Amino acid sequence: MSSALVPPAGPAEIPSSARTSERLRSVMQAAGMLPVLVLLAIGFHVFGGHRFLSGQNLSIVAQQAAINVVLSAGMTFVILTGGIDLSVGSTLAFSAMGGLMVSLVPGLGWLAIPACLGAGLLIGLLNGSLIAGLKIPPFIVTLGTLTAVRGLARLMGEDRTIFNPSLSYAWIGNDGIPVTSTLVIPWLAVIALVVIVACWFVLRRTVLGVHIYAVGGNPAAARLAGINVPAVLMFVYALSGLLAGLGGVMSSARLYAANGLQLGQSYELDAIAAVILGGTSFVGGIGSVWGTLVGGLMIAVLSNGLILIGVSDIWQFIIKGLVIIIAVALDRFRQPAART
Amino acid sequence: MFGISKSFPGVKALQNVQLAAYAGEVLALMGENGAGKSTLMKILSGAYVADPGGEIRIDGRPVKLGNPAAARAAGIAIIYQELALAPNLTVAENIHLGAELGRAGLIDRVAMNEACRPLLERLGTPFRPETLVATLSVAEQQLVEIARALHRQARILVLDEPTTALSARETDRLFALIRQLRAEGIALIYISHRMAEIDELADRVAVLRDGTYVGMLEKQEISSAAIVRMMVGRDLSGFYVKQRGGRPVFGPPVLEVDGLTDGARVQPSSFTLHQGEVLGIAGLVGAGRTELARLIFGADPHPSGRIRLNGKTIEIRSPREALDAGIAYLTEDRKALGLFLDMSCAGNINMGVIGRDAHGGVLDSRRGRSRASSAFAMLKVRAASTLVSVGGLSGGNQQKVLLGRLLETGPKVLILDEPTRGVDIGAKSEIYRLIGDLAAKGLGIIVISSEMAEIVGICDRVLVMREGVITGEVGGPDRPDITQEAIMAYAAGVAA
Repeated sequence: MSSALVPPAGPAEIPSSARTSERLRSVMQAAGMLPVLVLLAIGFHVFGGHRFLSGQNLSIVAQQAAINVVLSAGMTFVILTGGIDLSVGSTLAFSAMGGLMVSLVPGLGWLAIPACLGAGLLIGLLNGSLIAGLKIPPFIVTLGTLTAVRGLARLMGEDRTIFNPSLSYAWIGNDGIPVTSTLVIPWLAVIALVVIVACWFVLRRTVLGVHIYAVGGNPAAARLAGINVPAVLMFVYALSGLLAGLGGVMSSARLYAANGLQLGQSYELDAIAAVILGGTSFVGGIGSVWGTLVGGLMIAVLSNGLILIGVSDIWQFIIKGLVIIIAVALDRFRQPAART
Repeated sequence: MFGISKSFPGVKALQNVQLAAYAGEVLALMGENGAGKSTLMKILSGAYVADPGGEIRIDGRPVKLGNPAAARAAGIAIIYQELALAPNLTVAENIHLGAELGRAGLIDRVAMNEACRPLLERLGTPFRPETLVATLSVAEQQLVEIARALHRQARILVLDEPTTALSARETDRLFALIRQLRAEGIALIYISHRMAEIDELADRVAVLRDGTYVGMLEKQEISSAAIVRMMVGRDLSGFYVKQRGGRPVFGPPVLEVDGLTDGARVQPSSFTLHQGEVLGIAGLVGAGRTELARLIFGADPHPSGRIRLNGKTIEIRSPREALDAGIAYLTEDRKALGLFLDMSCAGNINMGVIGRDAHGGVLDSRRGRSRASSAFAMLKVRAASTLVSVGGLSGGNQQKVLLGRLLETGPKVLILDEPTRGVDIGAKSEIYRLIGDLAAKGLGIIVISSEMAEIVGICDRVLVMREGVITGEVGGPDRPDITQEAIMAYAAGVAA
């Protein structure tokens, strides 16, 4: 049979013009919302009395963005597998409460940060085992923990604010690296950036990262390709919980205090918004953590900029909501084949 | 249809195609995968709009079929392989879907049930208008689709490979219905790959190749040889000739399966596969072939039974363990269960081995690139580069990418489930050659196929399954002749 059949010219061959446009598209995809972010920043600077792009204001924006960026990084992993984690806001409150309570015990102050992280990881592992082990849909599991963990956080402090005026790790939330006399890079922003870089490394350079994309792209095929799907799911929810715990460290450090009822309320929605703005597909398998960083910055820039140009609190909500919808609509227009 | 063309970016899918169907006839439409049959039918159904220049006439009058509703109004109905019914609704509700009976937004179920009762009686259906579609078999659901088409006064009915999922008896019943509809004056366009069905049913055969109209065979001219010659544009005798000269010499047993069962669809099954052997597993759809393969691969749990690899008993509880042991499985459904369509070819090829190649969990991307390009070269994958996403490739190239993933794991046993399904004829011959080469290198290969000619053509020995039981064995060293008749007899349960 060897020479009986000459294979026909491959219809899959792509002309070079198509290849160029493919390349252009991948560049656009990588850039994502970055041009919009830059335009927003310039717009706020021009219309906000040239204050927005000052070093002092930028470091405030970075500080405001930091906690959401950390939560969103974890959320990116979860959404890449086609899941969702609604519990991050409550987990943040729970772990911050835990951390502050430990910090008040004489002699155990050094345990406060490990306690925060451990509390977050615990909730993440709980989510993960219910989702990966019992195969309950992520939306339902994390909706449940969103509510239950919020209750736990209130229970811990007997529904009162816990305050520690001499919090040993408060420097995390309030100091930074001085660059010039006016420009200080806040530790919170440094932490967020380190988290993003670490997440990028895991997603793009490790076996685990490829497995996360594979599970999100096609879970059935992932299993037949020899991937331990439950272990991958366990990891992403555990990581999301751990990063929510880190969020707890960051926000309690900033405030010297934590309140089980108010802390982290609806943070999960900002995190999801940042991931979606960053171009990560809601059905899983497509997206990047750099996009998430840009998405998180957009949300912070909007909040800060709208205040600078004097928009009222009520209108800030309306505008932020519309921007999310318009931005994603533009994104779909830009790449019509994309699935969001 | 006259002068129909359709271009997609970079591809001319149809070029100046014509097709005429008459009332009261069955016109068979044939062609390889990718010949343009589906595109032509999608234009007829209004799902695609043809390029300017062509014309479609019904009863001699030109019509514009810009969207599915217009095609429906023109009396055209298409029944696809994947049925388009709402399983949670009743038969009557499905038949009336989009045109419910009722008044002022309130639905009149009684009137809907009564309206389709005579139609269902005319078709001789075994179910009633009130029956829930989810409770019907595939064959019965097909009847619901046909009833819906007739209810909408369809006069041109397109059937796209309607017998793929039907048993022999159900197929007979469908054919009787098709003859009845033909007698009632409906024009039927019948798409199928099965020559026997064409022989039995078709009044005329139209053949497409590479997006062009090749020609028409009248009833008395229809023969498998003539159709294949037109479809392929060349003579195919010798297509299935086995690779190795003379009788191949097999090595020692590589895979021994002993009493393997899932307790339901696969009865305790035992067989032995030798190094260098191509073992076919034949049988009708639903005979338990895929289920048996999945048990061996660890994709489904087996409550009892033993698997020995190279003489050593191994425990396989997951696909990961099977791959690590050296057993690889090519799924029959490469899009749903095999490929990551959004990922690059390279990513797909490396998916089985990135763990092995990595250093402390960190990817070895250089190794990955070299694996991808060597797999591309060996399998002759036709794509712009290893970095394009696999979803955009043709079926044959997708299959090669998936095969590449399996081969990179370095298997000792390769289980190929329908390795040439949805693959064009060029890639098909390449896959056959690959199977021969791998067997010559000493791999044990199991080929599951519904294509009888393929089983007969490439296998050294064939097991036949029926209702979860291995009912017979054809071929082998002492009985070298493998015939379709012998396989069919075991598959249908008529052999002793």
